[in-house]
Amino acid sequence: MPIKIGIDIGSTTVKVVLLDEHNTLLYRVYARHYSKVREEAAHQLRQVAERLAGQEVVPIITGSAGLGVSDAANIAFVQEVYATAAAVNTYIPDTDAVIELGGEDAKIIFFGRTLEERMNGSCAGGTGSFIDQMATLLDVSALELDALALKHEKIYPIASRCGVFAKSDIQPLLNQGGRKEDIAASIFQAVVDQTVGGLTQGRELTGKIVFLGGPLTFLQGLRDRFVATLELDEEHAVFPENADTFAAIGAALCTEGVEAMPFEELLRRLEESAAESGLTDILPPLFADEDEVDAFRARHAKAAPDPVDAETYRGDAYLGIDAGSTTTKMVLITPDGGILYSYYGSNKGNPVTILLAELKTLYAFCGDRITIRSSAVTGYGEDLIRSAFSIDLGLVETIAHYRAARHFNPQVDFIIDIGGQDMKCFKIRNGAVDSILLNEACSSGCGSFIETFARALGHEIAEFSTLGLLDQTPTDLGSRCTVFMNSSVKQAQKEGAGVESISAGLSLSVVKNAIYKVIRAATADDLGQHIVVQGGTFLNDAVLRGFEQEIGREVTRPTIAGLMGAYGAALSAKDFTGETGHLLDASALENFTHTAKPGVCKACTNRCSLTINCFDGGRKFISGNRCSVPLGGVKGGEPNLMRYKYEKIRAMTGKGAGDGSRGRIGLPLGLNMYEILPFWYAFFTNLNFEVVLSPESTRELYQKGQRSIPSDTVCYPAKLLHGHVEHLVDMGVDSIFYPCMPYNFDEGKGDNHYNCPVVAYYPELLRVNMSRLDGVRYYDAYFGIHRPKDLEEKAAEFFKTEFGIPKQETAAAIRKAYTAYEQFRQDVRDEAAKYIAQARAEGKRILVVAGRPYHIDPEINHGLDELIGSYGLVLITEDSIDHLVDKEKRKVLNQWTYHARMYDAARYVGTQPDMQLIQLVSFGCGIDAISTDEMRDILEASGKLYTQIKIDDISNLGTVKIRIRSLIAAADALDGKEVL
Amino acid sequence: MAKLTYDKHGRLLFTKEMKKEYTLLMPQMLPVTFGLMQRLLELEGYKVEVLDTTHRGIVETGLKYVHNDTCYPALLVIGQLIEAVKSGKYDINKVGLLISQTGGGCRASNYIHLLRKALKKAGLAHIPVVSVNLSGMEKNPGFRIRLRVLRRLIPAMLYGDFLVHLGNQCRPYEVEPGATNALITRWSDRLTVMFKKNQGRSKTDMRFQMEQMAKDFAAIPLAGEKKTRVGIVGEIYVKFAPLGNNNLEDFLLSEGCEPVVPGVTDFLLFKIDNRIEDIALYGGGFWKKKLCQIFKGYIEGLQNIMIAAVKTQPKFAPLAPFSELKAGVQGYLGYGNKMGEGWLLTAEMIELIHAGVHNIVCTQPFGCLPNHVVGKGMIRKLKDDFPQSNIVSIDYDPGATKINQENRIKLMLASANRSANSAH
Repeated sequence: MPIKIGIDIGSTTVKVVLLDEHNTLLYRVYARHYSKVREEAAHQLRQVAERLAGQEVVPIITGSAGLGVSDAANIAFVQEVYATAAAVNTYIPDTDAVIELGGEDAKIIFFGRTLEERMNGSCAGGTGSFIDQMATLLDVSALELDALALKHEKIYPIASRCGVFAKSDIQPLLNQGGRKEDIAASIFQAVVDQTVGGLTQGRELTGKIVFLGGPLTFLQGLRDRFVATLELDEEHAVFPENADTFAAIGAALCTEGVEAMPFEELLRRLEESAAESGLTDILPPLFADEDEVDAFRARHAKAAPDPVDAETYRGDAYLGIDAGSTTTKMVLITPDGGILYSYYGSNKGNPVTILLAELKTLYAFCGDRITIRSSAVTGYGEDLIRSAFSIDLGLVETIAHYRAARHFNPQVDFIIDIGGQDMKCFKIRNGAVDSILLNEACSSGCGSFIETFARALGHEIAEFSTLGLLDQTPTDLGSRCTVFMNSSVKQAQKEGAGVESISAGLSLSVVKNAIYKVIRAATADDLGQHIVVQGGTFLNDAVLRGFEQEIGREVTRPTIAGLMGAYGAALSAKDFTGETGHLLDASALENFTHTAKPGVCKACTNRCSLTINCFDGGRKFISGNRCSVPLGGVKGGEPNLMRYKYEKIRAMTGKGAGDGSRGRIGLPLGLNMYEILPFWYAFFTNLNFEVVLSPESTRELYQKGQRSIPSDTVCYPAKLLHGHVEHLVDMGVDSIFYPCMPYNFDEGKGDNHYNCPVVAYYPELLRVNMSRLDGVRYYDAYFGIHRPKDLEEKAAEFFKTEFGIPKQETAAAIRKAYTAYEQFRQDVRDEAAKYIAQARAEGKRILVVAGRPYHIDPEINHGLDELIGSYGLVLITEDSIDHLVDKEKRKVLNQWTYHARMYDAARYVGTQPDMQLIQLVSFGCGIDAISTDEMRDILEASGKLYTQIKIDDISNLGTVKIRIRSLIAAADALDGKEVL
Repeated sequence: MAKLTYDKHGRLLFTKEMKKEYTLLMPQMLPVTFGLMQRLLELEGYKVEVLDTTHRGIVETGLKYVHNDTCYPALLVIGQLIEAVKSGKYDINKVGLLISQTGGGCRASNYIHLLRKALKKAGLAHIPVVSVNLSGMEKNPGFRIRLRVLRRLIPAMLYGDFLVHLGNQCRPYEVEPGATNALITRWSDRLTVMFKKNQGRSKTDMRFQMEQMAKDFAAIPLAGEKKTRVGIVGEIYVKFAPLGNNNLEDFLLSEGCEPVVPGVTDFLLFKIDNRIEDIALYGGGFWKKKLCQIFKGYIEGLQNIMIAAVKTQPKFAPLAPFSELKAGVQGYLGYGNKMGEGWLLTAEMIELIHAGVHNIVCTQPFGCLPNHVVGKGMIRKLKDDFPQSNIVSIDYDPGATKINQENRIKLMLASANRSANSAH
């Protein structure tokens, strides 16, 4: 019998196993391939050449990157999940389910009545590469991450959907002093949640579960989280030997009918295919030759700060610090803007420690010749650093960058800054920041992105980015988010692209991502005439060159591109007219102490996870809070219409004016129920039902229903419904009423009056996917709220059939329901009018939050309304002012009622000097791809700023703060107020 | 360039003068059916070109001019049109764009507006965009679908479905490669000649022609064992358009499968049926309902002819009438579920399973809203009700790579083959 060879070529590793005729494992190896897929496969086979020389073998390939090799080398292929199932059936036959995590794939196989195999969709991190990326972020190896996780005390909620989201959760935790041990364990928990929530899709993970794949073999902390989450005992959690090569073993078991060949023939086929080059899409090269590179570098060297002799300088100086998401930057400048001292380094997950050391070095450098007059800090870690070191001034990043850019090009009209984690673009008009664009959580493609890839391919970032400069065939990798990019790179590797071409391709995709996805520009003129590019990522010449090529215009890149935030802060410190000189001095630094403790705020039901940072001398910084209560503030300061509406809606429960004799009817409070509850509440209480509302949304409620969510890319507000309905079942209501409503109220303002498809039909999805609804009276019938007269009749029929209610009674209740709904709408408008009057009397700004009715749910908006209030803004909503303008035709098909309200609200805001608007968009909301551009057009046409905030299940308000503060600063500037 | 005239909302009109001089470009979706429609429009005096471009530049252009969160079909359709206009192949002062508009609560009804926005962004706002729809939206003096044209277009659509249905069953087994496609072209030519003479569209004529077609297809020499049949359902564009689904049918053929693709006739019937159901659910005009019923009855009559014609050749798998699809979806979704492909998508999956096609690829653009419910949302219940069903859901997106999609389809096929083997 010939020897069976299973070759599993995954996204990051190659596994080779040899089995004899009794399926005994003779040999196994697990190795990283660093994108040299075919070479590494051939290399690993040569290791066993001696043993197999001259023998017949039966080879078979499996794995996500194996497909191409199999085709090119003409070797049999078997799909890897299928292969894994075969191995499990052979070696652990009484298995109920398999969880396998690979480099970029996550899989679950259910055995039992029918075999079901699931793989993560194309948008799903939570895999080995995700863990690698997160480890990079914490500046540790994956194994060190594991060691940290074993010492955790608490788990933070981290978005589990994809790496990019998780990253934006982790970054603030790090910057605010969260313990690495806790974060490490939280990362593993996110992987578990992702796997369990994303892949089970309604099937319970019970019985004997086998864990496979590299990460689950090597990472004890990850195993622990799985075992704890699934509540498994030792007998039911199986971590088999060779778990990292199971797919390869399974492949070798699937060799029935595969032709045998001499070992040398196999090797020959693999080696020959390794020499073949692929046919990926190619982009034009960055530079034709070295001369072009030199001329390019000489041109950009001109944008430099004033030269100063730092070693001999005596006199005043100003300190600027940019506590960025992944890096910390610091500059010390002379009154002329010359740089005396600068620092740029990774904050290694702990910016306080880094800065402490740097400040000590700085004081040593200054000695008694240089006096630091004032100091300013900007960036993600602004608040923490400001408290830690008593910095004089904190300022929002956008303003800091503009200050710096203006120094190098006074005519600057467009700035783009690509940092490690975020991307900021702003237009300048009349000397003020006019329009701000920040990257969404999903369109990362920033500096840390290239860095992570560089490491994954075995290079340091500096060296990696120069590799692509002279490459003549850059790979076209598309322009989407990191998770997609992983598979694009995988595909390029499969097709034989070299590391140089991938490097150039990655740089170009960062550029395209910025221009087309973040800025949404079609031509260079959409940007500006005088463009300043900055941020650490632009120090990468490949990115800079790609940017100039793509927009067809030369730009200014200061030599200190990576320090611009800090430089701008220093310039602001210099001009600061307030009280200065608070910065801790050299002796105070000697006694500096810092401890960070996790805590939970108990002031309200939000139960915010806090991090309490304590410094020597009683300085304290609390983060993780949404409102100012834990900081000693008073709850409910500024008028807030979102809170008003929410409290009104939540109160609509119970028997009302009726006697409840017709039983308890449960209404899940989510999606459009937030709009229409006043209607149904009046309707049901008039018919003597007792209305039972589902409880307030919480993360726990979400997790309760998470397992029955069939589509992981649907919006968070929809996902929450699973928990709400499940809870109503628990409460033992007599029936649950959640009607399908494709049509919304006809307010006569648009071309039609639809709801979105998810709002319209989610009740049906719930019925079909929630097994707990079997045997429950669950009503998901269709009702047409847009035709009041017909609704009387249709509802009368329905409630006659289902509840035996006389038709006239139902019809009358419907009429009363319309009245009650109108009263509620009017009440909201009246309340808004009061707020507006109060704001005007007190000279406060009014902020209109435009979104969907369900955005008032605090679990959906993450307490954003409280945050807005903490900046002294009076908050009203779109549905309180949309009636103040007349109907107007839009450039898009204006067919959704909620959109029509937003467009009208935006038009009204355009007429009010003291109003600004932000638009809330739920991640995954397809129809808001239409409304966001239109909203921007409406607002910008009337000289207003457009600000969009995307929200998901993440409770990170960091980017929201930047937006709101930038909006205030920009509005101040437009009003001619001085801006710091 | 023709004189530019606008309607009262400022929409650029396609004028009679333009009809004479301009070439209308339309995006590809259903190669066979659109080919027939192109010829029909040419008979009416329009110059029409269906774009068959497929290169990467289309996606790039789409990304540049359309909001990147907009669904993939919009990106491709608009990308394909604008890329063509800018390619230099056409006189940009003598070209118009033709795009279909469905209406309904899905964002797809906004394609035409997004296309206009994109044209403006590209500095091409002088190019007229013509909406093809059956709802009376956006009228143009130079482009009118007269009853005469409709009476040709609808039979053409059925002929298209018929050719595709038979062709799909021959292609995987043809002895002489290309024989099936050659026959489809031959019949497309013949149909054009017939339409010109106002033939081929009466019921009697259709019955006769379709029986002839069935005979011709049955005569194609075939060989080989029966292959695994794989159904394709999904969002209408990525389901049908090879550009949208990375040549899914070709991939399935290369994997040794026989693709089964439910036709577009049911989609049209579904859209008409929606109006009737809307009135039943929410109330509405009697005459509107009557009119829709007549229109629906007419198409169903033609569909019955097609079904009967397939039956004349027992070697071909039969087709189910619309009424059967509609009945099958009970217990899954209500008839009010009409946005996008609505209940029809689930109904098609059920019908495929009933017809013994247990392996199904459910295609959708990434983040497609209706498909959260009618596609992905129904797979679990289908699996419970039909344990032998084997459905894989595939997302299409500018960033989604072919390798990822193909690997998932391969997994589905591996399970399909295992079921087939254990059944033996």
